[in-house]
Amino acid sequence: MRKTIDRTFVALTLTATVIILTIIAIIVGNIVVHGTDTLSLEFLTAAPKDGMMAGGIFPAIYGTVLLVLLMSLVAVPFGVLVAIYFAEYARAESRLYRWTRMAVNNLAGVPSIVFGLFGLGFFIQTIGHGIDQILYPGYLVYGQPSVLWAAMTMAVLTLPVVIITVEETLRAVPREYREASLALGATRLQTVFRVILPQAWSGVMTGAILAISRGAGEVAPVLFTGAAYFLPELPTRANEQFMHLGYHIYAMSTQSPDVEATKPILYSTVLVLLVLTFLLNITAILIRNRMRRWATR
Amino acid sequence: MRRKFRISKFGFRISDTALLSGVPQIRNPKSEIRNRIDWLGEFFISAVAFVAIAIIFLIFIYVAREAAPLAWRTIDGISIWSPFQPPYVWQPVGGVPKFNILSLIAGTFKVTLIAMLFATPLALAAALYTAEFAPPSLREWIKPAVEVLAGIPSVVVGFFVLIVLASWLQDAFSLQFRLNALSAGIGLAFAVIPLIYTVSEEALTSVPKLYREASLALGASKAQTAIRVVLPSASPGIFAALVLGFGRAIGETMIVLLASGNAATLSLSPFVPVRTLSATIASELGEVVFGGGHYRVLFLIGVILFIITSVINWMGSRYNRRLRQRLFGTA
Repeated sequence: MRKTIDRTFVALTLTATVIILTIIAIIVGNIVVHGTDTLSLEFLTAAPKDGMMAGGIFPAIYGTVLLVLLMSLVAVPFGVLVAIYFAEYARAESRLYRWTRMAVNNLAGVPSIVFGLFGLGFFIQTIGHGIDQILYPGYLVYGQPSVLWAAMTMAVLTLPVVIITVEETLRAVPREYREASLALGATRLQTVFRVILPQAWSGVMTGAILAISRGAGEVAPVLFTGAAYFLPELPTRANEQFMHLGYHIYAMSTQSPDVEATKPILYSTVLVLLVLTFLLNITAILIRNRMRRWATR
Repeated sequence: MRRKFRISKFGFRISDTALLSGVPQIRNPKSEIRNRIDWLGEFFISAVAFVAIAIIFLIFIYVAREAAPLAWRTIDGISIWSPFQPPYVWQPVGGVPKFNILSLIAGTFKVTLIAMLFATPLALAAALYTAEFAPPSLREWIKPAVEVLAGIPSVVVGFFVLIVLASWLQDAFSLQFRLNALSAGIGLAFAVIPLIYTVSEEALTSVPKLYREASLALGASKAQTAIRVVLPSASPGIFAALVLGFGRAIGETMIVLLASGNAATLSLSPFVPVRTLSATIASELGEVVFGGGHYRVLFLIGVILFIITSVINWMGSRYNRRLRQRLFGTA
C-alpha cells in the first residue's frame, strides 16, 4: 500500500515535469513548423513591402542589433564594476553593500513596462530635453524617442542580469589566486584587473550574452522610447528611431489590417527572434556549465 | 574612513605596515603612487556600486514626477483621486472619460491568480522531481530545458497564445470570447513556471543531505522524505519562489497585452476579456496627449505597479534569506 502511494507520488511529479517539457516542445515546434515556410535569405535581407504584407525584416534585425550593441556598451562595463564591488570589495556588514544588494534585487523585479515609463520620463524628457535646451535651443534633437534612449533604458533593465552572472563567476575564482597575487606585492586593484578578471572572462561573456538575449526579446521598454512600426530608411544616427524584432511582432499581430494574410511573415519573424534568443541562451548556458566544471575541478 | 576601506575581506590588512614593524623601512615613492591608485580604484568602484542604488530611486522619482502634477491640480478634469472614485469604469475615450482603476486592479489580480493556479502545482512538482527523484543524468537535461522556457521572449509567448492557444481553448470550452482572462492567465503561467521552478529547485537542493539520510535511515521512503522532511525544510525558499513568481506575473506586459482581449470588465468569470494595469499603460500611452490628464494617470499606474512589485520582491528576498538562516545559520 505504502509503496503504491509512493510510486503514485513520484509518477505525479514526473508527469508535471513531462507536461512542462511538452509545453516547451509545442510552442517551439509550432513556431518552427509554421515559420520555416516563408523563411529565406531574401526574407532576412529585404525591407518590408506593401504595408508589411510582403518583403523581409532586415530593418528590424538591423535595429535590434543596433539596440543591443549600444545597450551592451553601457550595461556590461557598468555591471562588471558593480559585480567587482560585490565579489571583491564589499564587506557583508557594510551599509553600502546591503543597500546596493537590495537595490539590485529590486531592480531585477521592476516590471519592464515601468522601465519604459522611466525611459520616457528620465532619458527623453529630462536628459534629452536638457541636451536640446543647451546645445540646440528651439530644436528637437535628443528630446524625442530614439535608439539611443531605448538602448539606455534597456541597459538599466539588463544591468541586474550582468551583475548577478559576473558576480557568480568572480566568486568561483579560487581564493588562493588572490592570496598569491597579494603576497607577491600586488595591490588589490592590480589583483582584480590582472588576476581575477582574466580568470572570470567567461562570466563576463555569459553576462553580456544573457543581457543581449534579454534586450532582443523585451518589447515593453522600447514601446515609447524609440521603436517604430515602419521606417523607410535604416537609422544612421543615435537620435533616430529604429525597428525592433519584438516590437515588429507585436505591431504586426495587433495592428495589421489583415492578420490572416500576414500570418506566414509573422510566423517567420517570430522564428527569427526565437532562434536568435535560443542561440544566445544556449551559448550562455554552455559557457556557464564549462565554467562550473572548471570551478569545481 | 580610509582605514576602514583598507581592511581586506580576508581579515588582515594588505598594506599594514605594522606587519613589517621590525623591518627597517625604506620610503618608496613608486609604491606610494601605486597605493594611491589602488585607493582611487576602490573609491571609484564603490561609487559605481552606489549608482545602482541611485538608479532605483531615479526610476521611482522620474516615473512619479510625470504623475505628480495630478496631486496639486486637476488636469482635464482628472485629479489624483479620480482613479479611485466611482463610477467603477475605465473608459478613457468617450464623451465623459472615466478613469477608475479598480477594474484594472481586479483584472490584474484575476489574471495573476489564474497564472499562479496553473504554474504553482506544475513548477513545484517538477522541482520536486528534479531535486529528489530524477536520476542525476536526467537532471542535467531537465534544468537547461526549463531554462529554455525562461528564454522564450514574452512577446513570443503572447503571440503563441494569441494565434494558437486561444483558439484551442475557445474550441475546447466553447467560449464566447476567444481572448479572455483564462488565455492570458495560461500564457502568463508559461512565463512564471521557470522562475518558480528554478528558485524552488534551488531551495530543495540546498537542504543538507544529512536530513535525507537521517529520514531514510529511520525507514521513511523517498517520497515520504521528500514530503515530510525536505519540503518543510525548504518551505521559506518555496514561499519565496511563489512570491517572486507572483511579482513577475503582476508586472508582465506583453503576454497579457496580446492575449487578454484588453477590455476592462469587473467580473469574477475567467472567460471574459480583462485588462491589466501593465497592458493599459502599454496600449494607451502611445496615443495620449502629452502632459495631459490621461498621460499622467498612466504614469500614476506605473507608480502603483512599481510599489506593488517592490514590496512583493522585498518580501520574497526576505524569505529566501530566512531559508539560508535556518539551514546554515548564516544570513
